[in-house]
Amino acid sequence: MSPRARILSADDVARVCRRLAHELIEANHGAQDLVLLGIQTRGVPLARRLAGLIEDIEGTAVPHGALDVTLFRDDLGSRGPKPLHETSVPVDIDGRTVVLVDDVLYTGRTIRAALDAVSELGRPARIRLVVLVDRGHRELPVRADHVGKNLPTAYGDRIRVLVEDIDGEDGVVADEVAPDTAPDPAPDNDRQVRS
Amino acid sequence: MSPSAAAERAAPLTDLLSIEDLDADQVNAILDTTELLLPIAQRERNSVPTLRGKVVCNLFLEDSTRTRISFDLAAKRMSAEVINFSAKGSSVSKGESFKDTALTLDAMGVDCVVVRSGSSGAPLQLSSYLDVPILNAGDGWHQHPTQALLDVFTMRRHLGDLAGRHVVLVGDILHSRVARSEVQALRLLGARVTMVAPPTLLPPAVEGWGVEVARELDAVLPEADVVYLLRVQRERMLGAFFPSSREYARVWGMDARRLSLCKPDVLIMHPGPMNRGVEITGDVADSEQAVITEQVTNGIAVRMACLYLLLAGGTAAGTDTEVGA
Repeated sequence: MSPRARILSADDVARVCRRLAHELIEANHGAQDLVLLGIQTRGVPLARRLAGLIEDIEGTAVPHGALDVTLFRDDLGSRGPKPLHETSVPVDIDGRTVVLVDDVLYTGRTIRAALDAVSELGRPARIRLVVLVDRGHRELPVRADHVGKNLPTAYGDRIRVLVEDIDGEDGVVADEVAPDTAPDPAPDNDRQVRS
Repeated sequence: MSPSAAAERAAPLTDLLSIEDLDADQVNAILDTTELLLPIAQRERNSVPTLRGKVVCNLFLEDSTRTRISFDLAAKRMSAEVINFSAKGSSVSKGESFKDTALTLDAMGVDCVVVRSGSSGAPLQLSSYLDVPILNAGDGWHQHPTQALLDVFTMRRHLGDLAGRHVVLVGDILHSRVARSEVQALRLLGARVTMVAPPTLLPPAVEGWGVEVARELDAVLPEADVVYLLRVQRERMLGAFFPSSREYARVWGMDARRLSLCKPDVLIMHPGPMNRGVEITGDVADSEQAVITEQVTNGIAVRMACLYLLLAGGTAAGTDTEVGA
Protein backbone atom coordinates (compact mmCIF):
# COMPACT_ATOMS: atom_id res chain seq x y z
CA MET A 1 0.00 0.00 0.00
CA SER A 2 1.40 3.38 -0.89
CA PRO A 3 1.05 6.16 1.65
CA ARG A 4 -2.50 7.52 1.51
CA ALA A 5 -3.82 4.95 -0.88
CA ARG A 6 -7.48 5.43 -1.69
CA ILE A 7 -9.20 2.14 -1.03
CA LEU A 8 -12.74 3.18 -1.88
CA SER A 9 -13.94 6.23 -3.79
CA ALA A 10 -17.14 8.07 -2.98
CA ASP A 11 -18.90 6.08 -5.73
CA ASP A 12 -17.53 2.83 -4.33
CA VAL A 13 -18.87 3.76 -0.90
CA ALA A 14 -22.28 4.49 -2.42
CA ARG A 15 -22.34 1.05 -4.09
CA VAL A 16 -21.21 -0.69 -0.93
CA CYS A 17 -23.91 1.07 1.11
CA ARG A 18 -26.60 0.02 -1.38
CA ARG A 19 -25.45 -3.58 -1.14
CA LEU A 20 -25.36 -3.45 2.66
CA ALA A 21 -28.91 -2.06 2.70
CA HIS A 22 -30.09 -4.93 0.50
CA GLU A 23 -28.26 -7.46 2.65
CA LEU A 24 -29.88 -6.10 5.79
CA ILE A 25 -33.34 -6.28 4.28
CA GLU A 26 -32.71 -9.80 3.01
CA ALA A 27 -31.39 -11.06 6.35
CA ASN A 28 -34.27 -9.43 8.21
CA HIS A 29 -36.94 -10.48 5.69
CA GLY A 30 -37.95 -6.87 5.29
CA ALA A 31 -37.47 -3.67 7.21
CA GLN A 32 -39.89 -4.34 10.05
CA ASP A 33 -38.64 -3.95 13.64
CA LEU A 34 -35.21 -2.72 12.55
CA VAL A 35 -33.44 0.02 14.52
CA LEU A 36 -30.13 1.24 13.17
CA LEU A 37 -27.73 2.62 15.78
CA GLY A 38 -24.59 4.30 14.51
CA ILE A 39 -21.59 4.19 16.82
CA GLN A 40 -20.16 7.66 17.42
CA THR A 41 -18.80 9.32 15.49
CA ARG A 42 -18.61 8.06 11.89
CA GLY A 43 -21.07 5.24 12.39
CA VAL A 44 -23.82 7.81 12.91
CA PRO A 45 -23.96 9.27 9.38
CA LEU A 46 -23.51 5.75 8.00
CA ALA A 47 -26.53 4.51 9.96
CA ARG A 48 -28.56 7.47 8.73
CA ARG A 49 -27.52 6.71 5.17
CA LEU A 50 -28.37 3.00 5.42
CA ALA A 51 -31.74 3.83 6.98
CA GLY A 52 -32.48 6.13 4.06
CA LEU A 53 -31.52 3.46 1.53
CA ILE A 54 -33.65 0.81 3.24
CA GLU A 55 -36.59 3.19 3.22
CA ASP A 56 -36.09 3.83 -0.50
CA ILE A 57 -36.11 0.10 -1.21
CA GLU A 58 -38.84 -1.08 1.14
CA GLY A 59 -40.94 2.04 1.50
CA THR A 60 -40.86 1.74 5.29
CA ALA A 61 -39.25 4.34 7.52
CA VAL A 62 -36.48 2.80 9.60
CA PRO A 63 -35.69 4.43 12.97
CA HIS A 64 -32.04 5.29 13.38
CA GLY A 65 -30.00 6.85 16.15
CA ALA A 66 -26.60 7.35 17.68
CA LEU A 67 -24.75 5.35 20.32
CA ASP A 68 -21.81 6.73 22.30
CA VAL A 69 -19.80 3.92 23.88
CA THR A 70 -17.22 6.07 25.69
CA LEU A 71 -18.67 5.37 29.15
CA PHE A 72 -18.52 1.62 28.46
CA ARG A 73 -14.96 1.32 27.16
CA ASP A 74 -12.49 -0.80 29.10
CA ASP A 75 -9.49 1.32 28.12
CA LEU A 76 -10.54 4.68 29.58
CA GLY A 77 -8.05 4.45 32.38
CA SER A 78 -5.13 4.57 30.00
CA ARG A 79 -6.06 7.89 28.47
CA GLY A 80 -7.62 11.15 29.58
CA PRO A 81 -11.37 11.44 29.89
CA LYS A 82 -12.64 11.69 26.34
CA PRO A 83 -15.34 14.18 25.49
CA LEU A 84 -18.68 12.41 25.47
CA HIS A 85 -21.00 12.29 22.49
CA GLU A 86 -24.74 12.07 22.41
CA THR A 87 -26.61 8.81 22.63
CA SER A 88 -30.00 9.17 21.01
CA VAL A 89 -32.26 6.25 20.45
CA PRO A 90 -35.53 7.20 18.77
CA VAL A 91 -37.61 4.19 19.81
CA ASP A 92 -37.91 1.61 22.54
CA ILE A 93 -35.51 -1.13 21.44
CA ASP A 94 -37.15 -3.93 23.44
CA GLY A 95 -38.00 -6.83 21.16
CA ARG A 96 -36.59 -5.14 18.05
CA THR A 97 -33.60 -5.98 15.88
CA VAL A 98 -30.86 -3.50 16.71
CA VAL A 99 -28.30 -3.07 13.95
CA LEU A 100 -25.05 -1.56 15.16
CA VAL A 101 -23.32 0.42 12.44
CA ASP A 102 -19.65 1.35 12.59
CA ASP A 103 -17.09 2.55 10.11
CA VAL A 104 -14.14 0.24 10.81
CA LEU A 105 -13.99 -3.06 12.68
CA TYR A 106 -10.53 -3.58 14.17
CA THR A 107 -9.83 -4.94 17.66
CA GLY A 108 -13.50 -5.48 18.51
CA ARG A 109 -13.28 -3.52 21.75
CA THR A 110 -15.61 -0.80 20.56
CA ILE A 111 -18.23 -3.41 19.72
CA ARG A 112 -17.88 -5.06 23.12
CA ALA A 113 -18.52 -1.66 24.69
CA ALA A 114 -21.44 -1.09 22.30
CA LEU A 115 -23.07 -4.39 23.35
CA ASP A 116 -22.90 -3.23 26.97
CA ALA A 117 -24.27 0.18 26.03
CA VAL A 118 -27.21 -1.36 24.17
CA SER A 119 -28.07 -3.69 27.03
CA GLU A 120 -28.34 -0.64 29.31
CA LEU A 121 -30.94 0.78 26.95
CA GLY A 122 -33.19 -2.24 26.79
CA ARG A 123 -33.49 -5.82 25.64
CA PRO A 124 -33.55 -6.15 21.89
CA ALA A 125 -34.63 -9.43 20.29
CA ARG A 126 -31.29 -9.55 18.51
CA ILE A 127 -28.28 -7.38 17.77
CA ARG A 128 -26.54 -7.34 14.40
CA LEU A 129 -23.35 -5.63 13.31
CA VAL A 130 -22.67 -3.83 10.04
CA VAL A 131 -19.29 -2.26 9.26
CA LEU A 132 -18.02 -0.45 6.22
CA VAL A 133 -14.49 -1.86 6.56
CA ASP A 134 -13.23 -4.92 8.40
CA ARG A 135 -9.48 -4.58 8.77
CA GLY A 136 -8.78 -7.63 10.91
CA HIS A 137 -6.56 -7.80 14.05
CA ARG A 138 -9.37 -8.76 16.38
CA GLU A 139 -8.56 -8.90 20.09
CA LEU A 140 -12.01 -10.21 21.04
CA PRO A 141 -14.29 -12.85 19.50
CA VAL A 142 -16.37 -10.38 17.51
CA ARG A 143 -17.61 -10.84 13.95
CA ALA A 144 -19.63 -8.54 11.74
CA ASP A 145 -22.81 -9.82 10.09
CA HIS A 146 -22.42 -7.57 7.07
CA VAL A 147 -19.12 -6.14 5.84
CA GLY A 148 -18.68 -3.48 3.19
CA LYS A 149 -15.07 -4.29 2.44
CA ASN A 150 -12.63 -6.77 3.93
CA LEU A 151 -9.27 -5.08 4.04
CA PRO A 152 -6.18 -7.03 5.11
CA THR A 153 -3.91 -4.59 6.91
CA ALA A 154 -0.71 -4.50 8.88
CA TYR A 155 -1.07 -3.68 12.55
CA GLY A 156 0.39 -0.20 12.25
CA ASP A 157 -1.59 0.82 9.16
CA ARG A 158 -4.01 3.65 9.51
CA ILE A 159 -7.32 3.10 7.81
CA ARG A 160 -9.63 6.06 7.73
CA VAL A 161 -13.22 6.16 6.64
CA LEU A 162 -14.29 9.58 5.43
CA VAL A 163 -17.93 10.58 5.53
CA GLU A 164 -19.35 13.62 3.90
CA ASP A 165 -21.11 15.02 7.00
CA ILE A 166 -17.88 15.10 8.99
CA ASP A 167 -15.01 15.08 6.49
CA GLY A 168 -16.60 16.78 3.48
CA GLU A 169 -16.23 13.70 1.27
CA ASP A 170 -16.96 9.99 1.26
CA GLY A 171 -14.24 7.39 0.89
CA VAL A 172 -11.82 5.03 2.55
CA VAL A 173 -8.12 5.82 2.62
CA ALA A 174 -5.08 4.08 4.05
CA ASP A 175 -2.08 5.90 5.43
CA GLU A 176 0.64 3.29 5.56
CA VAL A 177 3.12 3.67 8.37
CA ALA A 178 6.31 1.64 8.04
CA PRO A 179 7.10 0.01 11.41
CA ASP A 180 10.58 1.55 11.73
CA THR A 181 9.49 5.05 10.82
CA ALA A 182 6.22 5.06 12.70
CA PRO A 183 5.76 8.48 14.24
CA ASP A 184 4.66 8.87 17.81
CA PRO A 185 0.91 8.91 18.05
CA ALA A 186 -0.37 12.38 17.39
CA PRO A 187 -2.36 13.91 20.24
CA ASP A 188 -5.47 14.14 18.11
CA ASN A 189 -5.79 11.05 16.02
CA ASP A 190 -9.41 10.35 16.61
CA ARG A 191 -9.66 9.55 12.97
CA GLN A 192 -7.12 6.85 13.20
CA VAL A 193 -9.56 4.09 13.51
CA ARG A 194 -8.98 1.20 15.77
CA SER A 195 -12.22 -0.60 16.15
CA MET B 1 -24.41 16.06 18.51
CA SER B 2 -20.68 16.40 18.36
CA PRO B 3 -18.87 16.94 21.61
CA SER B 4 -18.64 20.57 22.49
CA ALA B 5 -15.71 22.58 21.27
CA ALA B 6 -15.19 23.47 24.93
CA ALA B 7 -14.86 19.80 25.90
CA GLU B 8 -12.25 19.31 23.18
CA ARG B 9 -10.31 22.42 24.15
CA ALA B 10 -10.58 22.46 27.92
CA ALA B 11 -7.51 21.81 30.01
CA PRO B 12 -7.90 18.63 32.09
CA LEU B 13 -9.18 18.99 35.63
CA THR B 14 -6.92 17.82 38.45
CA ASP B 15 -9.04 18.98 41.40
CA LEU B 16 -12.25 20.92 41.80
CA LEU B 17 -11.56 23.27 44.68
CA SER B 18 -12.99 26.56 43.51
CA ILE B 19 -14.73 28.04 40.49
CA GLU B 20 -11.94 30.61 40.60
CA ASP B 21 -9.51 27.93 39.34
CA LEU B 22 -11.57 27.26 36.20
CA ASP B 23 -11.78 29.04 32.88
CA ALA B 24 -14.86 29.32 30.67
CA ASP B 25 -13.86 26.29 28.56
CA GLN B 26 -13.57 24.10 31.63
CA VAL B 27 -16.94 25.25 32.97
CA ASN B 28 -18.57 24.66 29.59
CA ALA B 29 -16.88 21.26 29.31
CA ILE B 30 -18.42 20.27 32.66
CA LEU B 31 -21.84 21.58 31.62
CA ASP B 32 -21.74 19.85 28.22
CA THR B 33 -20.66 16.57 29.84
CA THR B 34 -23.52 16.97 32.32
CA GLU B 35 -25.98 17.39 29.47
CA LEU B 36 -24.89 14.02 28.04
CA LEU B 37 -24.98 12.26 31.42
CA LEU B 38 -28.38 13.58 32.46
CA PRO B 39 -30.40 11.00 30.44
CA ILE B 40 -28.66 8.13 32.24
CA ALA B 41 -30.38 9.02 35.47
CA GLN B 42 -33.76 8.90 33.75
CA ARG B 43 -33.31 5.42 32.34
CA GLU B 44 -34.61 2.28 33.94
CA ARG B 45 -31.06 1.00 34.36
CA ASN B 46 -29.51 4.18 35.58
CA SER B 47 -25.85 3.39 35.88
CA VAL B 48 -22.82 3.08 33.63
CA PRO B 49 -19.69 1.04 34.39
CA THR B 50 -17.27 3.87 33.68
CA LEU B 51 -15.70 4.26 37.13
CA ARG B 52 -15.85 0.62 38.18
CA GLY B 53 -13.04 -0.15 40.62
CA LYS B 54 -12.54 3.49 41.62
CA VAL B 55 -13.05 4.39 45.26
CA VAL B 56 -14.58 7.75 46.11
CA CYS B 57 -14.40 8.88 49.72
CA ASN B 58 -17.04 11.30 50.95
CA LEU B 59 -15.23 13.10 53.77
CA PHE B 60 -17.95 15.13 55.47
CA LEU B 61 -16.60 17.09 58.39
CA GLU B 62 -19.70 19.28 58.51
CA ASP B 63 -23.30 18.09 58.54
CA SER B 64 -24.88 17.76 55.15
CA THR B 65 -27.54 15.41 53.97
CA ARG B 66 -28.50 16.49 50.49
CA THR B 67 -25.03 17.18 49.14
CA ARG B 68 -23.66 13.93 50.53
CA ILE B 69 -26.56 11.91 49.12
CA SER B 70 -26.17 13.65 45.78
CA PHE B 71 -22.44 12.83 45.59
CA ASP B 72 -23.18 9.32 46.81
CA LEU B 73 -25.73 8.74 44.03
CA ALA B 74 -23.52 10.35 41.41
CA ALA B 75 -20.60 8.06 42.27
CA LYS B 76 -22.85 4.99 42.33
CA ARG B 77 -24.37 5.80 38.93
CA MET B 78 -20.83 5.87 37.56
CA SER B 79 -20.20 2.50 39.33
CA ALA B 80 -17.55 3.84 41.69
CA GLU B 81 -17.35 2.46 45.20
CA VAL B 82 -18.25 4.98 47.88
CA ILE B 83 -16.91 5.27 51.40
CA ASN B 84 -18.72 7.68 53.66
CA PHE B 85 -16.56 9.23 56.31
CA SER B 86 -18.23 11.74 58.56
CA ALA B 87 -16.87 13.60 61.54
CA LYS B 88 -19.38 12.13 63.95
CA GLY B 89 -18.47 8.71 65.22
CA SER B 90 -15.14 8.68 63.41
CA SER B 91 -11.56 9.14 64.39
CA VAL B 92 -12.01 12.88 63.91
CA SER B 93 -14.26 13.00 66.96
CA LYS B 94 -11.48 11.20 68.82
CA GLY B 95 -9.16 14.08 68.07
CA GLU B 96 -7.31 12.87 64.98
CA SER B 97 -5.84 15.77 63.07
CA PHE B 98 -7.01 16.68 59.60
CA LYS B 99 -3.63 15.77 58.20
CA ASP B 100 -3.63 12.33 59.81
CA THR B 101 -7.15 11.69 58.52
CA ALA B 102 -5.92 12.60 55.04
CA LEU B 103 -2.86 10.39 55.27
CA THR B 104 -5.01 7.51 56.49
CA LEU B 105 -7.31 7.84 53.49
CA ASP B 106 -4.28 7.98 51.23
CA ALA B 107 -2.85 4.84 52.78
CA MET B 108 -6.16 3.08 52.19
CA GLY B 109 -5.85 3.87 48.51
CA VAL B 110 -8.88 6.02 47.75
CA ASP B 111 -8.99 7.45 44.22
CA CYS B 112 -10.81 10.69 44.98
CA VAL B 113 -11.89 12.61 48.07
CA VAL B 114 -15.09 14.65 48.16
CA VAL B 115 -14.69 16.98 51.12
CA ARG B 116 -17.18 19.13 53.00
CA SER B 117 -15.85 21.24 55.82
CA GLY B 118 -16.88 24.16 57.96
CA SER B 119 -13.39 25.60 57.54
CA SER B 120 -12.70 27.70 54.48
CA GLY B 121 -9.67 26.31 52.68
CA ALA B 122 -9.84 22.76 54.05
CA PRO B 123 -10.09 21.21 50.54
CA LEU B 124 -7.05 23.17 49.40
CA GLN B 125 -5.15 21.99 52.43
CA LEU B 126 -6.23 18.42 51.74
CA SER B 127 -4.99 18.69 48.17
CA SER B 128 -1.55 19.54 49.51
CA TYR B 129 -1.49 16.26 51.47
CA LEU B 130 -2.90 13.99 48.76
CA ASP B 131 -2.16 13.38 45.10
CA VAL B 132 -5.64 12.11 44.26
CA PRO B 133 -8.29 14.52 42.91
CA ILE B 134 -10.02 16.56 45.60
CA LEU B 135 -13.57 17.71 45.05
CA ASN B 136 -14.82 20.56 47.21
CA ALA B 137 -18.35 19.87 48.44
CA GLY B 138 -18.49 23.18 50.32
CA ASP B 139 -15.96 24.79 52.63
CA GLY B 140 -16.93 27.38 55.21
CA TRP B 141 -17.85 30.72 53.68
CA HIS B 142 -15.52 30.12 50.77
CA GLN B 143 -16.76 27.97 47.87
CA HIS B 144 -19.34 25.39 46.84
CA PRO B 145 -18.36 24.80 43.23
CA THR B 146 -20.69 21.91 42.35
CA GLN B 147 -23.68 23.90 43.62
CA ALA B 148 -22.74 26.79 41.32
CA LEU B 149 -22.23 24.40 38.41
CA LEU B 150 -25.61 22.73 38.88
CA ASP B 151 -27.23 26.15 39.13
CA VAL B 152 -25.70 27.51 35.93
CA PHE B 153 -26.50 24.18 34.27
CA THR B 154 -30.16 24.55 35.29
CA MET B 155 -30.21 28.16 34.06
CA ARG B 156 -28.59 27.19 30.76
CA ARG B 157 -31.16 24.46 30.15
CA HIS B 158 -33.95 27.04 30.40
CA LEU B 159 -32.30 30.14 29.00
CA GLY B 160 -29.66 28.85 26.60
CA ASP B 161 -26.49 30.91 26.46
CA LEU B 162 -26.20 32.90 29.69
CA ALA B 163 -24.23 35.77 28.18
CA GLY B 164 -26.08 39.00 28.93
CA ARG B 165 -28.70 37.26 31.09
CA HIS B 166 -29.54 38.96 34.35
CA VAL B 167 -29.36 37.00 37.58
CA VAL B 168 -30.54 38.60 40.83
CA LEU B 169 -28.99 37.07 43.95
CA VAL B 170 -30.98 37.80 47.07
CA GLY B 171 -30.10 37.31 50.70
CA ASP B 172 -27.28 36.32 52.94
CA ILE B 173 -24.31 36.84 50.68
CA LEU B 174 -21.84 37.42 53.49
CA HIS B 175 -21.99 33.87 54.85
CA SER B 176 -22.69 32.19 51.55
CA ARG B 177 -20.15 29.96 49.86
CA VAL B 178 -22.81 29.37 47.23
CA ALA B 179 -22.87 33.07 46.38
CA ARG B 180 -19.10 33.24 45.93
CA SER B 181 -19.00 30.27 43.55
CA GLU B 182 -22.20 31.36 41.84
CA VAL B 183 -20.98 34.85 41.01
CA GLN B 184 -17.69 33.54 39.61
CA ALA B 185 -19.42 30.94 37.45
CA LEU B 186 -21.97 33.42 36.15
CA ARG B 187 -19.32 35.97 35.32
CA LEU B 188 -17.26 33.36 33.46
CA LEU B 189 -20.32 32.68 31.32
CA GLY B 190 -20.95 36.37 30.73
CA ALA B 191 -24.09 36.82 32.83
CA ARG B 192 -24.92 40.04 34.64
CA VAL B 193 -25.34 39.70 38.39
CA THR B 194 -27.17 41.99 40.79
CA MET B 195 -27.02 41.39 44.51
CA VAL B 196 -29.79 42.44 46.81
CA ALA B 197 -29.16 42.01 50.51
CA PRO B 198 -29.47 43.69 53.87
CA PRO B 199 -26.34 45.88 54.22
CA THR B 200 -25.28 43.73 57.18
CA LEU B 201 -25.23 40.62 54.98
CA LEU B 202 -23.18 42.05 52.12
CA PRO B 203 -19.53 41.04 52.17
CA PRO B 204 -16.93 43.75 52.63
CA ALA B 205 -15.26 44.90 49.40
CA VAL B 206 -18.19 43.65 47.34
CA GLU B 207 -17.15 46.15 44.65
CA GLY B 208 -14.36 43.75 43.72
CA TRP B 209 -16.85 41.02 42.82
CA GLY B 210 -17.81 42.66 39.55
CA VAL B 211 -21.50 42.74 40.37
CA GLU B 212 -24.14 45.39 40.80
CA VAL B 213 -25.65 45.96 44.22
CA ALA B 214 -29.24 47.08 44.64
CA ARG B 215 -31.10 48.20 47.72
CA GLU B 216 -34.65 47.59 46.60
CA LEU B 217 -35.70 44.11 45.56
CA ASP B 218 -38.89 45.36 43.89
CA ALA B 219 -36.91 47.67 41.60
CA VAL B 220 -34.72 44.95 40.05
CA LEU B 221 -37.30 42.18 39.70
CA PRO B 222 -38.89 43.31 36.40
CA GLU B 223 -35.64 42.85 34.48
CA ALA B 224 -34.47 39.62 36.12
CA ASP B 225 -34.16 36.40 34.11
CA VAL B 226 -33.36 34.48 37.29
CA VAL B 227 -34.15 35.28 40.91
CA TYR B 228 -31.82 33.24 43.11
CA LEU B 229 -32.77 33.21 46.77
CA LEU B 230 -30.04 32.33 49.22
CA ARG B 231 -30.87 30.54 52.40
CA VAL B 232 -30.92 32.54 55.58
CA GLN B 233 -28.23 30.63 57.42
CA ARG B 234 -29.28 30.89 61.00
CA GLU B 235 -26.48 28.56 62.08
CA ARG B 236 -23.86 30.97 60.77
CA MET B 237 -25.48 34.06 62.23
CA LEU B 238 -23.55 34.65 65.38
CA GLY B 239 -24.73 38.24 65.72
CA ALA B 240 -27.96 40.02 64.93
CA PHE B 241 -27.87 40.76 61.22
CA PHE B 242 -31.53 41.66 60.85
CA PRO B 243 -34.31 42.27 63.37
CA SER B 244 -36.43 39.15 62.82
CA SER B 245 -37.44 36.48 60.34
CA ARG B 246 -40.70 38.32 59.75
CA GLU B 247 -38.86 41.53 59.03
CA TYR B 248 -36.54 39.67 56.64
CA ALA B 249 -39.47 38.09 54.83
CA ARG B 250 -41.17 41.45 54.42
CA VAL B 251 -38.15 43.29 53.01
CA TRP B 252 -36.11 40.57 51.26
CA GLY B 253 -38.40 37.56 50.93
CA MET B 254 -39.91 36.36 47.65
CA ASP B 255 -43.69 36.23 47.81
CA ALA B 256 -46.57 36.12 45.34
CA ARG B 257 -46.72 39.91 45.02
CA ARG B 258 -43.04 40.10 44.13
CA LEU B 259 -43.37 37.17 41.73
CA SER B 260 -46.04 39.17 39.89
CA LEU B 261 -43.49 41.95 39.33
CA CYS B 262 -41.19 39.53 37.47
CA LYS B 263 -41.23 38.47 33.84
CA PRO B 264 -43.73 35.63 33.39
CA ASP B 265 -40.95 33.15 32.49
CA VAL B 266 -38.55 34.15 35.27
CA LEU B 267 -36.71 31.29 36.99
CA ILE B 268 -36.96 31.09 40.76
CA MET B 269 -34.04 29.19 42.25
CA HIS B 270 -32.87 28.24 45.71
CA PRO B 271 -29.93 26.05 46.76
CA GLY B 272 -31.95 24.41 49.55
CA PRO B 273 -32.80 23.61 52.17
CA MET B 274 -35.47 26.32 52.10
CA ASN B 275 -36.82 28.27 55.02
CA ARG B 276 -40.37 28.57 53.76
CA GLY B 277 -41.89 31.79 54.96
CA VAL B 278 -38.52 33.49 55.39
CA GLU B 279 -36.61 33.94 52.12
CA ILE B 280 -39.35 32.35 50.02
CA THR B 281 -43.04 31.79 50.60
CA GLY B 282 -44.60 28.40 50.05
CA ASP B 283 -46.67 29.49 47.05
CA VAL B 284 -43.59 30.85 45.26
CA ALA B 285 -41.58 27.72 46.07
CA ASP B 286 -44.36 25.63 44.54
CA SER B 287 -45.00 27.95 41.60
CA GLU B 288 -44.42 27.05 37.95
CA GLN B 289 -41.46 29.41 37.81
CA ALA B 290 -39.63 27.58 40.59
CA VAL B 291 -37.05 25.06 39.37
CA ILE B 292 -35.81 24.13 42.81
CA THR B 293 -36.44 20.38 42.56
CA GLU B 294 -34.94 20.37 39.07
CA GLN B 295 -31.78 21.85 40.60
CA VAL B 296 -31.58 18.82 42.87
CA THR B 297 -31.98 16.38 39.97
CA ASN B 298 -29.41 18.23 37.88
CA GLY B 299 -27.03 18.21 40.83
CA ILE B 300 -26.54 14.47 40.53
CA ALA B 301 -25.68 14.73 36.83
CA VAL B 302 -23.27 17.63 37.43
CA ARG B 303 -21.47 15.59 40.08
CA MET B 304 -21.35 12.58 37.74
CA ALA B 305 -19.72 14.84 35.16
CA CYS B 306 -17.17 16.16 37.66
CA LEU B 307 -16.29 12.64 38.79
CA TYR B 308 -15.99 11.53 35.17
CA LEU B 309 -13.70 14.38 34.23
CA LEU B 310 -11.57 14.00 37.36
CA LEU B 311 -11.37 10.22 37.49
CA ALA B 312 -11.91 8.62 34.09
CA GLY B 313 -8.46 9.59 32.93
CA GLY B 314 -6.67 7.54 35.54
CA THR B 315 -3.19 8.92 35.86
CA ALA B 316 -1.92 11.54 33.46
CA ALA B 317 -0.97 9.01 30.80
CA GLY B 318 -1.01 11.55 28.02
CA THR B 319 1.18 9.47 25.74
CA ASP B 320 -1.34 6.75 25.08
CA THR B 321 -3.53 8.47 22.58
CA GLU B 322 -4.39 5.42 20.54
CA VAL B 323 -8.03 5.96 19.96
CA GLY B 324 -10.77 3.52 19.25
CA ALA B 325 -13.48 4.08 16.72
